[in-house]
Amino acid sequence: MTDATAARVVVVGAGLGGLRTAEQLRAKGFRGELVIVGDEEHRPYTRPPLSKELLAGTMSPPDVAFDVRADLGAHWRLGTGVAAARLDERVVVLEDGEELGYDGLVIATGVRPRRLPVPGPEADRFTLRNLAHSLALRRRLRAGVRLCVIGAGFIGCEVAATARRLGAEVTVIAPESVPMERPLGREFGGVLRELHESRGVRFMLGHEVSAFEAGSAGREVVLSDGCRVPFDVAVEAVGSVPAVEWLAGNGLDLSDGVACDGRLRVQGRREVVAVGDVARFPNALFGGPASRVEHWNIPVETARRAAATLVAGLTGSEQEPAHFGPLPAFWSNQFDTRLQSYGAPWLGAADVRLLDGDWTRAAEPIMAGYHRDGELVGVVGTAPPRSFIPHRTAILAAAKKTMRRTP
Amino acid sequence: MKIEVDYDLCENHAQCVFAAPDAFRMNASDELEFDAEVDDSLREDVQSAADACPVQAIRITG
Ligand SMILES: Cc1cc2nc3c(=O)[nH]c(=O)nc-3n(C[C@H](O)[C@H](O)[C@H](O)COP(=O)(O)OP(=O)(O)OC[C@H]3O[C@@H](n4cnc5c(N)ncnc54)[C@H](O)[C@@H]3O)c2cc1C
Ligand code: SF4
Repeated sequence: MTDATAARVVVVGAGLGGLRTAEQLRAKGFRGELVIVGDEEHRPYTRPPLSKELLAGTMSPPDVAFDVRADLGAHWRLGTGVAAARLDERVVVLEDGEELGYDGLVIATGVRPRRLPVPGPEADRFTLRNLAHSLALRRRLRAGVRLCVIGAGFIGCEVAATARRLGAEVTVIAPESVPMERPLGREFGGVLRELHESRGVRFMLGHEVSAFEAGSAGREVVLSDGCRVPFDVAVEAVGSVPAVEWLAGNGLDLSDGVACDGRLRVQGRREVVAVGDVARFPNALFGGPASRVEHWNIPVETARRAAATLVAGLTGSEQEPAHFGPLPAFWSNQFDTRLQSYGAPWLGAADVRLLDGDWTRAAEPIMAGYHRDGELVGVVGTAPPRSFIPHRTAILAAAKKTMRRTP
Repeated sequence: MKIEVDYDLCENHAQCVFAAPDAFRMNASDELEFDAEVDDSLREDVQSAADACPVQAIRITG
């Protein structure tokens, strides 16, 4: 490799995407210096258990750590974030003021929880993104605790299920008419609502939160219609905000994560790539505008692609073709049900067709197909994993047809 | 090359089946089956399978 042994790649963000990119750089022959900077104290760990097993107490922090191969040969800079970057000079600035030059930069900073923009005291309010959040919340969850979950997305529903199993009295408050309405549509949302209600979770849907208050009777969530919900612990699970502030001032499009091309290059720069939850990339399988996808397999897939781009950039060799079409894959465990999703159901939420099961029987396996212009773009279900295989194949086949039609 | 799967960890997510169908498959009762020894030409696929497994159940030995 031409002179790349003298090169330095800096990975910002020590999560799944950062780790997999580092591994892939080595697998693709990068022998230079590899620096991984992370603002958390920990080596990379897997986040899905934070709302499930770790929160339930059936896993402990060592169980969530990723295996890091000894021969990765990375220099870890943990516990200090990156505060700024000057891409034209190829420099990142750490929070303690230290400047680190690079020949290649990997943007892998993920997202952080969005906060509710409402007034009120902060006490007893939690969000959930990292290990510290999960452990702090876990200390407060026990039988009889009144938990208010604000937001009925995946993380909100998972927290509700875990807390309910621990015996907490759980109320979920959200503006939608059913849980997970936006990504999955009304019918599937109804199934999930039924699943949760049958286990004693209470929903207050169609409500916006307007404030938190500390009254004489304890803490309360105040809803926009004036209704008050008393709580001991509240969790705000109202979506996420990409962690991109450190990239400001470089003329980048940071409107929703970091805009990149199909090679995951940022602003067409050969030496800067983005991966994982923070990367907004065009997906050749589905066409349309570039988007971010917060699914576990996306950091893995983008890491592979981004590492190839960086290595090609560093060695001056041929870039891989521009088409990049990873199939998003997601799962979510709620009570004894495992929901799995393949493809881009959110693109087909206006045309949902039942492929198997019965919308009114939430306890039985269900499979739903999501269609755009009559073509299958996503499948979501609670059916056994094997039954997804033909549907997944059908999504890929339909997508490839569309790809041929669009120049 | 040799493959090991820790069945105590495996949750039958089937991600490995998609990444390396020549080494991993789901049987009729929805359990994972795999070839403990596969040709070296499958190394990249099997590595992708190990990377994609949500519970890190797959080990490549040798
Ligand atoms: C509670 C929870 C449950 C989930 N459950 C599921 C699930 O069941 N199924 C599923 O498919 N997906 C799930 N996900 C999503 C999945 O975990 C994410 O898609 C994945 O973690 C994204 O990886 P990433 O590397 O892009 O970002 P992250 O894992 O968030 O890593 C980014 C890292 O960068 C750090 N960082 C941020 N800013 C800076 C800075 N300026 N300097 C240095 N470091 C910085 C962050 O602290 C973090 O450590 C879940 C996520 C959460 C939070
Ligand atoms: S991906 Fe992992 S959990 Fe899923 S079937 Fe394969 S080994 Fe098991």
